[in-house]
Amino acid sequence: MINSLDPRIAREQINEDNTIAPLTEMDQFETYEVFHQKKRGDQHVHVGIVHAPNAEMALLFGKEQFGRRGLSVNIWVVKTSNVFASDYDDADIFETVPEKQYREAGGYKVMDKINKYKKENKV
Amino acid sequence: MEHIKELLYKMADDLLVIGHRNSEWTGLGPILEEDIAFSSMAQDKIGHSQALFQILHELGEPEPDTNAFMREAKQFHNAQFLELQNDDYDFSTIRHFLFDHADQLRFDNLANSSYEPLAKVARKIKGELKYHVFHADIWLNKLGNGNEESHARMQTALNNAWNYALGMFEKGDYEAQLIADNTFEGEQSLQNRWLAVITPIIEKANLKIPAEKDWEPVLGGRKGYHTENLDQLVNEMSEVFRIEPGAEW
Repeated sequence: MINSLDPRIAREQINEDNTIAPLTEMDQFETYEVFHQKKRGDQHVHVGIVHAPNAEMALLFGKEQFGRRGLSVNIWVVKTSNVFASDYDDADIFETVPEKQYREAGGYKVMDKINKYKKENKV
Repeated sequence: MEHIKELLYKMADDLLVIGHRNSEWTGLGPILEEDIAFSSMAQDKIGHSQALFQILHELGEPEPDTNAFMREAKQFHNAQFLELQNDDYDFSTIRHFLFDHADQLRFDNLANSSYEPLAKVARKIKGELKYHVFHADIWLNKLGNGNEESHARMQTALNNAWNYALGMFEKGDYEAQLIADNTFEGEQSLQNRWLAVITPIIEKANLKIPAEKDWEPVLGGRKGYHTENLDQLVNEMSEVFRIEPGAEW
């Protein structure tokens, strides 16, 4: 018998040679992505993933995993398999070419005009 | 105030005992997410019990930890239903369903109690109780309508639990007084409402409540008569506290 300090384990009277069945494919439930909303009107923000057999239970688990600290007013769950994602091999599509600074707001030289206006109008 | 103390003690003990039993699933639950959810609800129950022990303390009873951990099993007022071993997840789920509905309905009534300290606690924990019942209903439905094995296990667990569950509504000596001064609706009224709420949910889960002719409530818990399961539970639960009762943790 496995002699554990944990009485819950000791009660089970498990043999020392007890072998756990090996994992098989799909012996876990599907995963759902969990999004929570901090207050009405806010965007739902991704907070993590739960395993669940269906959407109803995913909501149940999502609330306890991510909403039990009282920081949420609402959660969404979405099957992970329903999420379409870009490919990490294509990560370069997010790289900005340095010469395109003219497209950023910092590229506009307006401070001179603003200061001139302030001076003239004593703002 | 004896009538209010009696009510508080049975509720506090029910919650402490079921909270401890359910916490025994921590680390052993069927899947990680459920383990966390079930453990979290068990903690809620202990918290609710603590709030009631606190009121008792204000009425002159020992302070909450001492009251919870220093009494012997025969001084507990919980229904025997709650002290039974967890057995498998089927029985635990059925007990969670049957008890939590009664618990929610009881607090729901007490939210309008003439005894304000209790009414305040009832209003405060409303949201937690709602989640507990959501959780229980969804599991009951899934397992009752699952496959042949899950259905058979749930029906067996329900049959085994039923008469113990009816014991939750054992009347105390002060029943009439509690009803008369609008502290509490009384056990009979609570049981009727409970049956009305759980019957359609059980039917939807494709399960059957045992025939009424076989109903024999298991009584005695409220008066300190318990099974040996409660000795085991109290010893295990109090083990650490009793090593050094005055210790600051």
